Amino acid sequence: MIETYLPLIIMLVFGFGIAVVFMLLSEWLGARRFTPGKVSTYESGMPPRGTARERFSVKFYMIAVSFIVFDVEVVFMYPWAVQLGTLGISAFIAMMFFIAILFAGYFWELRKGGLDWD
Amino acid sequence: MLESIPLEYYLGLSAIIFAIGAVGVMTRKNAIIIFMSIELMLNAVNLTFISISSFFGNTGGPIFVLFVMAVAAAEAAVGLAIVLALFRLKKTVYVDEVNTLKW
Amino acid sequence: MNQEVFLAMPVFLISAFAVLIVVLDAVSGKNKTINFAFGIFSLLATAGAAIYTLTLQVPKLVNPADYHDIFTITKNTMVFSSYSAYFDILFSLAGILTMLASRSFISKGYHEYKEYYSIIILAVAGMVYISHANNLLMLFIGIELMSIMFYILSGYFRQRIESVESALKYFLLGSFASGFLLYGMALVYGATSSLELNVIAQFIAKNNFNATYLTFGIALLLIGLSFKIAAFPFHQWAPDVYQGAPTTVTAFMSTAGKAAAIFSFIIIAKALMPSFTNNAMRLVSTETMQMILAVLSAATMLIGNITAISQKNIKRMLAYSSVAHAGYMLMGVVANNQLGYDGIIFYATSYLFMQIGAFIVLSVLENKDSSNINLDNFTGLRKSNPYLAALMAIFMFSLAGLPPFAGFFGKYYLFLAAIQSGYTWLTIVAVISSVISVYFYIGLIVYMFFKDSDNPIAKAELKLSSVSLFVCLIGVLLFGFFPSLLMNLYAIIK
Repeated sequence: MIETYLPLIIMLVFGFGIAVVFMLLSEWLGARRFTPGKVSTYESGMPPRGTARERFSVKFYMIAVSFIVFDVEVVFMYPWAVQLGTLGISAFIAMMFFIAILFAGYFWELRKGGLDWD
Repeated sequence: MLESIPLEYYLGLSAIIFAIGAVGVMTRKNAIIIFMSIELMLNAVNLTFISISSFFGNTGGPIFVLFVMAVAAAEAAVGLAIVLALFRLKKTVYVDEVNTLKW
Repeated sequence: MNQEVFLAMPVFLISAFAVLIVVLDAVSGKNKTINFAFGIFSLLATAGAAIYTLTLQVPKLVNPADYHDIFTITKNTMVFSSYSAYFDILFSLAGILTMLASRSFISKGYHEYKEYYSIIILAVAGMVYISHANNLLMLFIGIELMSIMFYILSGYFRQRIESVESALKYFLLGSFASGFLLYGMALVYGATSSLELNVIAQFIAKNNFNATYLTFGIALLLIGLSFKIAAFPFHQWAPDVYQGAPTTVTAFMSTAGKAAAIFSFIIIAKALMPSFTNNAMRLVSTETMQMILAVLSAATMLIGNITAISQKNIKRMLAYSSVAHAGYMLMGVVANNQLGYDGIIFYATSYLFMQIGAFIVLSVLENKDSSNINLDNFTGLRKSNPYLAALMAIFMFSLAGLPPFAGFFGKYYLFLAAIQSGYTWLTIVAVISSVISVYFYIGLIVYMFFKDSDNPIAKAELKLSSVSLFVCLIGVLLFGFFPSLLMNLYAIIK
């Protein structure tokens, strides 16, 4: 039982050990200089400006929520798509109904201006 | 190898995750974090469904999980909209600061 | 043609209309009346289809364990009994009454949006799914569809802090409860390896299940469902939500929503509470479950009625009383016999009429920011709005359970059922709590008729609400004076 996992355990020990050793080595051997760039918040090399708690436009929220809702509906198509060959035409028609219902919701959102940016 | 792990271990894990979510709902004050804890509970249940289904070898569980995910997404959309409406009125998302309804 | 197609008609119709009304909303532009009319029409059509199914040879489904794959088109996910068809009619009726009363109310308090009607139709669709569920998945989808629509509806006045607050509370606690409900379903599935309730019932009958999982599953299901019907330890959300939500929405939630939740309770109880002694169900035997439910029911009615006494806000008072009414309806589940389930039908019907009526009277009387629905504001209502005061008095008498009105017979049948199955102490508690409830119901009548005020509420405009009120009045009186009408109707159709 445990022998089968032995390579995995050895790999984990080595990986962890090397990471720790390198961190400790750089801590001991490296020089320490604090520049303003180093002590500030890390923002992918850009100098940080303003507060991180800034509010942003509700439009982003609208798009995000639409994405969540429609994205998850696709989940129902995976099992259908995998088994389409064996399920046959009735499953195809059923899925078309499902997509039609999704489209009704999408159409409603489009008409209500949920996808307009301005 | 994985088949030798008994069903009880999976159920125990999902019970622990469910309990963590439930404790999170009861102790946290931020509406968003409470909602995240609820999602954690739902996902714990999904784990239960999947493990039971693979144990019995029937397909009811995974289908149920798909529906739970869809329902959770719908719930998230509605819940975040409600939190947004609250923030516009009260400038807070902390549930203990929302207390106009009392007897 | 297969009879099942006709039996499934209410479910198909309400689903189709729920999609169509969303499309109609997208294309109808500024015209709101067409959406309103289409909403009413779709509910009428659903109710009509349900009435039609009652005339067919509907299977009488007392015990889920007794039927085997008779519904082939819907793949055994749905059940079509006279019981569920009757509840379809009830839910559609509640939707119609609410929509008629809502039109002027929501434009008074905020704006009239067309989505309001779509959401009500979707909520009714969720309830119809519940009443036809034979699969735990179907039940879950129905409960969630209904609940999510209620979260949106209770926050409809989105510029009013009370409304948004009630939506937030309802949302957080409701989805928390859904988690428990779902976990209970998962464990029941684990105990019996099936999601279909009739198969589960058969497994239980054959002693073929895992007792540990089933015990935990039933306990979690009970917690989740008690949350949804606002029964005793989990009733705290109900007063806040019912008070903060728009009044017509409260009328809808506290009647149709509660009836649907009670119905899911019945479905679960019928499948998991076998009427025979089962040795393997030591921890979750029918007697244990009945005892737990009886204690819950007794505590719910006492807490609801006692807390209602001290309320100054009428909406909040009615909210607490609706908690108590959930307790009465639970008595039918406790009794677990035919009379009990029939009693629930009668009680749900009469409760629907009187509670919706009372809330609609409130909704037409309240002002723009609903600040005038305290008891003091109702003093001397008899002078300014004599008809509304009289209507309110009738609904209050009926809610209190006084003889010539429908509420009395609803209680009568439930009490009878509880005594029949040996729960005399529960009946005594129920009678005591009814007597307590008379105090605050009559208190409101005293304020309206026997006190005078210097600035009474202005004369209210009824508009379409008058239709709803009229229907409610007819319902309360008709089933009050001729209770056998409903009982006979139900006896014929089954």
